[in-house]
Amino acid sequence: MDFSLPPEVEAFRAEVRAFLAEHVTDEVIERAHATGTMHDWGLHRQMAAEGWLSAGWPAEFGGQGRSPLEMNALTEEMYLSGAPVDGLGVASLVAHTLLIDGTDWQKRTVIPRILSGEVMCCLGYSEPDAGSDVAACATRAVRDGDEWVINGQKMFTTLAHEAHYVFLLTRTNPDVAKHEGLTMFLVPMDTPGIEITPVHTMGGERTNITFYTDVRVDDRHRVGEVDGGWKVMMTALVFERNSAWYGECVRLLDTAVAWATSARDADGRRLIDDPLVRERLARAAVGNEVANLLGWRAAWMAAEGQLPGVEGTMAKLFTTEHYQQAADDLIDILGPEGLRRHGEPGAAADGWVEATYRHCQVTTIYGGTSEVCRGIIAERGLGLPRSRSSR
Amino acid sequence: MDLALSGEQEALRDTVARFFSKVASAERVRAAEPLGFDAAVWRGLADMGVPTMAADGGATLADVSVVAREAGAHLAPVPIVEAAVTNRLLTRCAHAVDDTTVRTLALRPATGGRAALVPGGAVAAEVVVLGGGDLLLVRPGPTGERRAPANLGSAPLADIDITAGRRSLLTPADGSAVDEHARALDEWRALTASWLVGLGRAALDLGVSYVKDRRQFGVPIGSFQAVQHRLADLATALDGAALLADKAVWTLDTDAPGAATFPAMAFSYCGEAAQRAAAASLHLHGGYGFMEEYDIQLHFRRAKAARLVLADPCRELVGLADRLFGPVETSTGAGR
Repeated sequence: MDFSLPPEVEAFRAEVRAFLAEHVTDEVIERAHATGTMHDWGLHRQMAAEGWLSAGWPAEFGGQGRSPLEMNALTEEMYLSGAPVDGLGVASLVAHTLLIDGTDWQKRTVIPRILSGEVMCCLGYSEPDAGSDVAACATRAVRDGDEWVINGQKMFTTLAHEAHYVFLLTRTNPDVAKHEGLTMFLVPMDTPGIEITPVHTMGGERTNITFYTDVRVDDRHRVGEVDGGWKVMMTALVFERNSAWYGECVRLLDTAVAWATSARDADGRRLIDDPLVRERLARAAVGNEVANLLGWRAAWMAAEGQLPGVEGTMAKLFTTEHYQQAADDLIDILGPEGLRRHGEPGAAADGWVEATYRHCQVTTIYGGTSEVCRGIIAERGLGLPRSRSSR
Repeated sequence: MDLALSGEQEALRDTVARFFSKVASAERVRAAEPLGFDAAVWRGLADMGVPTMAADGGATLADVSVVAREAGAHLAPVPIVEAAVTNRLLTRCAHAVDDTTVRTLALRPATGGRAALVPGGAVAAEVVVLGGGDLLLVRPGPTGERRAPANLGSAPLADIDITAGRRSLLTPADGSAVDEHARALDEWRALTASWLVGLGRAALDLGVSYVKDRRQFGVPIGSFQAVQHRLADLATALDGAALLADKAVWTLDTDAPGAATFPAMAFSYCGEAAQRAAAASLHLHGGYGFMEEYDIQLHFRRAKAARLVLADPCRELVGLADRLFGPVETSTGAGR
């Protein structure tokens, strides 16, 4: 066994780290926090110019041929830097899915514009009555000659207000089993009939509800086969489950350690010297290493040519559950001072632990809830019998 | 990066797994209680050269870890981790070692002339003890100098009177006695972590196969999400624990950054994961799990015992904090 990273991965990591140190300024982080939009066009286009949206693709498709290990290092560094990279993740996911399931026209005209950072995408999967059961999608697409007419509503269309395309899951056949009547589209956001309503979250992030009323799109915007949308979803979901939040967990712990090292109790003792504080900091540090290793294990398996479906799911489940536990423990060690919000003068740790405590609650929900993840691990990993109806 | 065993390690794993399946079956594990030692199992490992395999640089701690994980999975009634670590420590003290002699070390310094609850101490011919800042090699006599109390994990623990019997002073080639003991203790932490991963996974396997077979309300209880999700969390925790134990062993073998922290992290986390897995698996057996006749109680008792024999787990975490964040400042700061 060897836990060290190959020199080329360390070199790429150093390159990414140097870039991020220069471009992810406090101002960038503060602006994302203030607006709730975890996307920064300047940073996005700079990173696109570095070729990092397609870094993992083979050179024949314009990529850098980066290995899964290098890609994990890239993700790790992005999250460690605190960069607002939600947009980068979605753009990369959609482009990658188009590379696999898209038409020649989509590959020729849309992919290059995504990769150059010119345009961005958002995901239109969830609906009011279709969350974890995403195949229950009710947004209708009906064929009309060379066009499709779309009517429906999507929840949590994060970045819709910045995006040029929505990657939209629709129902094209209501008369077959629910997974078999879905079709995916990449709909331009400037198409008439799309309305965006902002939704503000407890974590401070802005997301949206998007409404689709008689939205007409040309058939060339269809991704994959008619009624073949589930297969496209399955392609796209593989890109969502990993331990990306490890970097946020490290930032949280670093923030708490720095605070506990400088803060003093009534008797003038450093808080970090209190065993009650030390135990929780140590526990968070251990969980961070486990999260890190589960993420690298999945990346290593991918590098070895294996498909880390269960292992990537374990990384997502563990990292996000640990993140919440750590945030809970670390806001507690701040005591009542932990209540002051980010931006309040004199807030402990500048209010970042409080902000993190709110933000991290969403991480066990999006990209596959913890319950969905546990179901996958139980059924595919442990071979336990299926627990629910698929109808 | 390579997270797989080498070909040689796979062969070693298969060999010891076959050996334990034959010689350390659940019946034999039970028969070895309450002492927790089976001389035939020890002789088999000695014949394979396991106790000294990593003593002279011939094999690595990673190789011993492969054996430790299988030993944990089978609850093999032998102090193999203690012996491997002690033989390495004795080699660093230019003291000759061999495979047949059972050796161990006291995890905590002796106090009042007594080393308490020494793992393997009930059956070891030679015991390394840190006492008064010195490393002593104690050879307990046949009577009166050690007492083996019945204990939760049915392990061969003993309280050893180090003032009686024969003893000699050990001199480390370099480093102080205290430092050498600390190094041995970190090796013990990393290898015991690996042993606990083996135990935890075996306990999880028992639970998983039980809930696949056991039917209530007309269906296997393994189809209930309340059952599935608990097992999924534990499978995840144990995978993380295995990676952490492997990395801890690797940091020690290669003197990599993290060698000062990973053994303690692995011991803490692997112990917790194994204990949770054994407890959940026992619980999912229902009333049967509480019966002596079912094997899961063997895992349950040993998981807790292997953690607690070193220290209160919370104190271990506080000790880890010293390594991660620096020692506690004793003087008060500028606020006074």
